[in-house]
Amino acid sequence: MDKMAWMPSNALIPERDLQKLPILDIRHLGIDFGGLTAVDDFNLTIGRTEIAGLIGPNGAGKTTVFNLLTNVYAPTRGSILLDGRSTAGKKTYQLNKMGIARTFQNIRLFKALTVEENVQIGLHNAMRYSVGDSILRLPAYWKQEKQAHEQALELLSIFDMRDMASWKAGSLPYGAQRRLEIVRALATQPGILLLDEPAAGMNPSETAELMDNIRKIRDTFQIAIMLIEHDMNLVMGICEGIAVLNYGSIIAKGTPQEIKQNPVVIEAYLGKKGGAQA
Amino acid sequence: MNHTYKKIPMPIRYLINTALIALLLYAGNAVISSGITNRAQSSLVLQVGIYIILAVSLNIVTGYLGQLPLGHAGFMAVGAYTCGIFWKSAAGSALPAPAAIVIGLVLAGIMAAIFGVIIGVPALRLKGDYLAIITLGFGEIIRILIINLSGITGGTPGLMNIPKRSSFLVVYLAVAISCIAIHMVMKSRHGRAILSIRENEIAAESCGIHITYYKVFAFALSAFFAGIAGGLYAGYQGLLTPSGFDFMTSINILVMVVLGGMGSMAGSVIAATVLTSLPLALQSLNTFRMVIYSVLLVIIMIFKPSGLMGTYDFSLSHLLEKLLNIRQPRENSPAQTADKKAGKRNG
Amino acid sequence: MLFLSQLINGLQLGSIYALVALGYSMVYGIIMLLNFAHGDIIMMGGYFALVTYAASSNPLLAVVATIVGCVVLAVAIEKVAYKPLRQAPRISLLITAIGISLFLQNAAQLIWTANSRAFPSTSIIPSITFKVGGLSISLSVLVTIAVSVASMVALTFLVQKTKMGKAMRAVSEDTEAAQLMGININSTITFTFVIGSFLAGIGSVLYCCRYPVVNPTLGSLLGLKAFVAAVLGGIGSIPGAVVGGFAIGLAEVLFTSIGLSAWTDAMVFAVLIIMLLIKPTGFMGRSMTEKV
Repeated sequence: MDKMAWMPSNALIPERDLQKLPILDIRHLGIDFGGLTAVDDFNLTIGRTEIAGLIGPNGAGKTTVFNLLTNVYAPTRGSILLDGRSTAGKKTYQLNKMGIARTFQNIRLFKALTVEENVQIGLHNAMRYSVGDSILRLPAYWKQEKQAHEQALELLSIFDMRDMASWKAGSLPYGAQRRLEIVRALATQPGILLLDEPAAGMNPSETAELMDNIRKIRDTFQIAIMLIEHDMNLVMGICEGIAVLNYGSIIAKGTPQEIKQNPVVIEAYLGKKGGAQA
Repeated sequence: MNHTYKKIPMPIRYLINTALIALLLYAGNAVISSGITNRAQSSLVLQVGIYIILAVSLNIVTGYLGQLPLGHAGFMAVGAYTCGIFWKSAAGSALPAPAAIVIGLVLAGIMAAIFGVIIGVPALRLKGDYLAIITLGFGEIIRILIINLSGITGGTPGLMNIPKRSSFLVVYLAVAISCIAIHMVMKSRHGRAILSIRENEIAAESCGIHITYYKVFAFALSAFFAGIAGGLYAGYQGLLTPSGFDFMTSINILVMVVLGGMGSMAGSVIAATVLTSLPLALQSLNTFRMVIYSVLLVIIMIFKPSGLMGTYDFSLSHLLEKLLNIRQPRENSPAQTADKKAGKRNG
Repeated sequence: MLFLSQLINGLQLGSIYALVALGYSMVYGIIMLLNFAHGDIIMMGGYFALVTYAASSNPLLAVVATIVGCVVLAVAIEKVAYKPLRQAPRISLLITAIGISLFLQNAAQLIWTANSRAFPSTSIIPSITFKVGGLSISLSVLVTIAVSVASMVALTFLVQKTKMGKAMRAVSEDTEAAQLMGININSTITFTFVIGSFLAGIGSVLYCCRYPVVNPTLGSLLGLKAFVAAVLGGIGSIPGAVVGGFAIGLAEVLFTSIGLSAWTDAMVFAVLIIMLLIKPTGFMGRSMTEKV
């Protein structure tokens, strides 16, 4: 019984970006921890400017997929093509340079540093000046630092956080911390942005605002966004394609409408009709 | 609600600081050459300078990178012996003294930095306690090497008759250059990369920071300045013995950094100054000195683990800016309450 | 025959290192602290024995006083210096331990001066030598090995079979979960320090009988080597500490016997560094369930 039979291609939205190389092409990705298979035969293609959702019950392996995509864990099986280039054997920081950036489920900010410094660290590789340039304060230092300062403020203004630039990141309210993580990831100029539960802990109005901002980011920067989220309103509201993960395998792919009506998905989330009573 | 905070522009800031450094140099030189100070006091000034460099250099790895190496004296030893041997062999040559001093100190720094890389590459694969142990092991190995390679180093009796080249001017300039260079690196993309590793290694790497490179870089930078301090020490003592670079020396430097506040250069400078001068000031208490140090260390860790200065860094320009803006009412920052909220939710 | 006597020599030294290494390992297992002060507690133990014997001329009393003294000292250190830092970053705890180590060394120097003092080793273990074939073995060697092995067997029983041992293993596995199961964390940690310093007290007497000199820095090198042994065996592992202790003891005797005594200490650290790079968990670090 082939779960994938209903969907001929790996792509979530096959008709989109057909002429262009997909930003992410994942084939047969899998990882075992000891004897346990956490992710298995994960196939997915994400287009250049797509907003894709990865959903599934707790423990389905969603964050593990993100960790595989950024090589925090090395995959046991399968291949990942990022912008047409294989990511095998690359370190996390190299993958970031190749165009993949992410946020974390449990926020990982540089808490003792200022908001601006957090973003500037994201801009690290956009600057090129050497250690010598910085010790001697040569023109390259001034020019690039000025650029980075302006760029950081500009990025912060996406989320109306310009005024918080000099605050310590650790002192930001929770929602702003999540937003700062997105800004920092954006600063690395990625081709695809992975968001791990961006709306966790946000209230409905904050979530609505976040949805607008995610769309805005995609439209402004023309990048792909892949997000893990439990908030179905957000997922169904902004994702153009959705993949459903259960027990480490994709059980369904499609548009939000298709996913809502897919019996396999309903079963995974709610249990079998007969089983629910037992 | 919205008033412009007056800022001092960059070139003027540098001018202010340069003037301050020159003024201190002039004042120091005047005091020492006037003969007001006795020999012990003038030699103390040199010692303070050497320990300032040691403390600010260790602070790079301990405070900024967030690791705990216990072999700083090893790098100091490498620099001291390199410089000592060079100065000894250059003493008879035609090399003019200022050139010999500069070349010797730079060589000392480079040699120590090379050791820093050699030790850093394997050591930095480990974290926390393991890094502490492995650097302790390397530090001891360097010392045992010095003892056993007596043909080059003079062995246990020591390397003798090193020209005493560490004058006030030399030490002062070395301190100023070291502090400025470290400050400049830390306030750049390279410094921020080092700080990001301390703050959150995983996040730093996902931001494209080459973790290993910057760890080794911080380690080598730290070793470089420790090597220079070692070179100055060679020219100050005129005699080098392996026992001067044991585990206790590493700990002494660590105490200064911890006391001053890990991550605060000003803290390191102040702590190095106070702790080096204290024994002279309290000569009667000299037997109790180490007991007091150790108790102080424990008390600070229990009651103020961030050290006396925390990560605060003194800036003359900021102070002046504050004075310029003192008449304007400051806006209340909501940061404090926000902090509590965030902490609760994260908890 | 020379080989055999060197082997026994190495076993004696190794069993002392093992006793001391156990203290490091157990404390690390339970609060993730490299207890830098452990070696200095042993040094203090040497002075306790010295002072008690000088006052009473009773060897048994001297041994008891050493053990009791070490235990009281270790528990006091834990309560005063380590306990307030239970929630603090690890680096603070480590620096505190270094501070305590410095304090003990300098306090000893203040009280008893920096000069070495002769230890009445022959009064505590009479110098009797047995001849087996061509091999001569002193009573002190036999006592050292026998006492060490007996202590290790008792410790294994304690950790594996008793309620307190189970609590220790639970706390080292997951402190919070153990707390939720109703285990008293504080008393378990204190108990661990008691056991570790009890072994240190025994190790202290045995070490001073082998090298009958006591001075304030006695603990540093012994501590460092035992610590290397603990890491070598896999810090946190009881059998690991024993294996590591014997390995370091034998290696040291081997190095000295082939005429490289000047390099012995460097060798010990080199072994440590190589081990940490190849297998940071040590020989036995893998078996996490054995961890205490």
